[in-house]
Amino acid sequence: MKFAVIVFPGSNCDLDMYHAVKDELGEEAEYVWHDSKDLSGYDGILLPGGFSYGDYLRCGAIAQFSGVMDEVRKAAEAGKPVLGICNGFQILTEAGLLPGVLLRNKNLKFMCRTVGLKVENNNTLFTNEYEQGQEIQIPIAHGEGNYFCDDATYSHLKENNQIVFTYADDFNGSRNNVAGIINERGNVLGMMPHPERAVSELIGGKDGLALFRSIVKQWREAHVSHA
Amino acid sequence: MKKVKVYVTLRESVLDPQGSAVMGSLHKMGYGEVEDVRIGKYLELVIGDSERDVDALVNELCHRLLANTVIEDYRYEIEEVVSQ
Repeated sequence: MKFAVIVFPGSNCDLDMYHAVKDELGEEAEYVWHDSKDLSGYDGILLPGGFSYGDYLRCGAIAQFSGVMDEVRKAAEAGKPVLGICNGFQILTEAGLLPGVLLRNKNLKFMCRTVGLKVENNNTLFTNEYEQGQEIQIPIAHGEGNYFCDDATYSHLKENNQIVFTYADDFNGSRNNVAGIINERGNVLGMMPHPERAVSELIGGKDGLALFRSIVKQWREAHVSHA
Repeated sequence: MKKVKVYVTLRESVLDPQGSAVMGSLHKMGYGEVEDVRIGKYLELVIGDSERDVDALVNELCHRLLANTVIEDYRYEIEEVVSQ
């Protein structure tokens, strides 16, 4: 499986993302610059964390109009897995690929620590290697991770099982502790925590690895013929 | 040429922790009569002569980029600028 790791000016988790799929899983991965006009050769699209365009105006606001975003939209429409982590999640909400928005943390602090996450839906292409309701330990690192959406949007997300991860504890003010959501079709996931930073015991845990394994497993099942 | 002053503010229904922190500080300074603080953004655009309707243009800019209407409202004022 071949992944594109999109690199915006100001991305800083691109190397971790690359490391997770390339070195830990042994899949193909390439860095793709933000003005690329062609993602057709990739099977999965990864939008990394960081501070694209310096977070100017709003987090992800400028990046949504990067040249590559038309291609990201096309990939999403084609049903390819699109994963946005942290700033990548913020970009996906600004681009309208996921509903809601990420506000400043309620305590106004940039928070960087490992937190408990509950897998609310393991029936997705991103979470099939987790148990339903499993609690995993994943690092967070954000100043704007306070998920907000209106009541109608929240009900809709809830009814469609689009809330994939919630925080075990409320620390940033996110509505109903939402940490990660998926689109209706089930191929675009945005989450604030960093699974790509939890892929080896050497760096404190590997609860994030199953997320990447899930993507690859699902893709293999769909694309590898057993002749 | 026109100068457009755009004010982007958080919607009433959205908590503004930054505004709350500033209000807390004002209260500590003794300004107890301050009952609420909301922090927004102010942008100035200079728009050259164009065939397009300036109101339609500014609304489009605000919807597409300058404001996130999920959480923000905006209003604007237009001033004629006489070029020298």
